[in-house]
Amino acid sequence: MRWMWIDTIVTFEPKARLVAVKNVSLAEEHLHDHFAAEGGLPAAPVMPNSLIIEGMAQTAGILVGSVHDFREKVVLAKITNATISSDVRPGQTVRYDARIDRMDAMGASTIGVVSRFDHISNRWTDIGSIELMFSHLDQNMGGMEFPEENFVFGENFRTILAAAGFGRFQQPT
Amino acid sequence: MAASGTVKSRDEIIADVQDVLEQALGADPGDITLDATLNGDLGAESIDYLDIVFRLEKKFSTPEKPFKIAQGEMVPENLMTDSTLVVDGKVTPKGIALLKQRMQHLDLTTFESNPQVDKLSDLFTVKSLVDFVERKLKS
Repeated sequence: MRWMWIDTIVTFEPKARLVAVKNVSLAEEHLHDHFAAEGGLPAAPVMPNSLIIEGMAQTAGILVGSVHDFREKVVLAKITNATISSDVRPGQTVRYDARIDRMDAMGASTIGVVSRFDHISNRWTDIGSIELMFSHLDQNMGGMEFPEENFVFGENFRTILAAAGFGRFQQPT
Repeated sequence: MAASGTVKSRDEIIADVQDVLEQALGADPGDITLDATLNGDLGAESIDYLDIVFRLEKKFSTPEKPFKIAQGEMVPENLMTDSTLVVDGKVTPKGIALLKQRMQHLDLTTFESNPQVDKLSDLFTVKSLVDFVERKLKS
């Protein structure tokens, strides 16, 4: 099973923009190690920035994949730029607002804004930006062949899309 | 940025290409000299070429004239997999002729004497991109 780092899709503008959210929870085991109490310092559970980047990659990856109805195998090829200026803590919600910057047969570049909702102050705050490059795998491997089956967009992604009301996207068989 | 309708000078093109490479490769501006190779000196990997293409298109497009780089226009595609173009790791005369015809921004003078395909990436210098852009803007 693929490790999903978005909970649901909240906005979808075909070929242009996709917005997804994730609720951060203390039930996520890794938060107890990131960071555990140590050397007299109290525990400080925060969502790792690497996983925030993964969340944006999943959001933007679905957007890029949707352009060709998920026929292309879209893989993250490059983190062009990532700036995250504040932590996301358990009980907060992180939002990934991804847009396609440029796209052609070989791949796509995306730009994205990361925001955080704090339920206590009831406020959204922009906390970062992430630019990514995606490659269309079958177009870029110099003749290497991959399975027909699109292993990038598996069952998990289809579940999320269906739950968000975008069930018309089905993996081509 | 040049005002729309004006032609960019070579110096302006050089500065814009250097800016693109700084952004795409995270390279130090001082390292982006005209004779620097994209792979060897500036650390470009294959996906970086797509990033560079996207950024050049954005940088040199104007409302009047879009700057669109076709697949295989700046970097040769599928050379390795064509058995008439590469034999035993060397580019064949037919391959050289094709490169000369399609990749006029590359200087093949030295490469021709020992056309090892794994040395092809050395031809992609900062100057080759500047020549590519300059030639394309004039066309």
